[in-house]
Amino acid sequence: MIRVQTEDFDFATEVARLSDGNASVGGVCSFVGLVRDMAGDEEISAMTLEHYPGMTEKALAGIEAEAHARWPLQDTLIIHRYGKLLPGERIVLVAASSAHRDAAFDACRFLIDWLKTKAPFWKLEEAGGEARWVDAKSSDDTAAARWGGGGGDKAE
Amino acid sequence: MKIIYFAWVREKTGTAEETFERPDGVDDVAALIQWLKGRGEGYQTAFADPAMVRVAVNQEHVGVDHRLADGDEVAFFPPVTGG
Repeated sequence: MIRVQTEDFDFATEVARLSDGNASVGGVCSFVGLVRDMAGDEEISAMTLEHYPGMTEKALAGIEAEAHARWPLQDTLIIHRYGKLLPGERIVLVAASSAHRDAAFDACRFLIDWLKTKAPFWKLEEAGGEARWVDAKSSDDTAAARWGGGGGDKAE
Repeated sequence: MKIIYFAWVREKTGTAEETFERPDGVDDVAALIQWLKGRGEGYQTAFADPAMVRVAVNQEHVGVDHRLADGDEVAFFPPVTGG
């Protein structure tokens, strides 16, 4: 399931849904991304996430479908927030449930790695009264590349 | 065609979205970028370093050699930074 929203989410409720009523699930693995209070040695006062409505949902659904094609998963969930967020707030939740833990761990890592390089979101950081767009990190490209099969947001 | 700009590409062009007929000779994304650069200083600044701008056509990531058709939705944006 995919959700793109401004409002916060309840971690426990969302993760519980991946196994509720399904006793064949042996494990659920989840990752939550948060707004950090520092960027380098600078204090962040807020972060605003912009996205591309329509393409975002399409990209996330594609990433989710790819995870299901690669691992024997019972269910997956991607929730991504947009709008203005403060340090400590949740930005993203990805989770995967499976009969066995290996698939759940791998799929969870895959979901966030591909999301970071393919889903059309952009972060605007506010620090010291100034706003600046966050640069993409080459370490994110490296993390996504180890799963193969896609050129991120670059030419494919 | 519909052209959409996001993040600093939008700020530099000064435009969020615009619609116009596909100009003659603008057959691929690279040609469209060249054509847009002729529209003013903001566009020239936005596309000054083409390696910094990503493109999606009809909501799929593509390269600058992607062929364009009438009615395409083309989006220009910086490398993505979600998650």
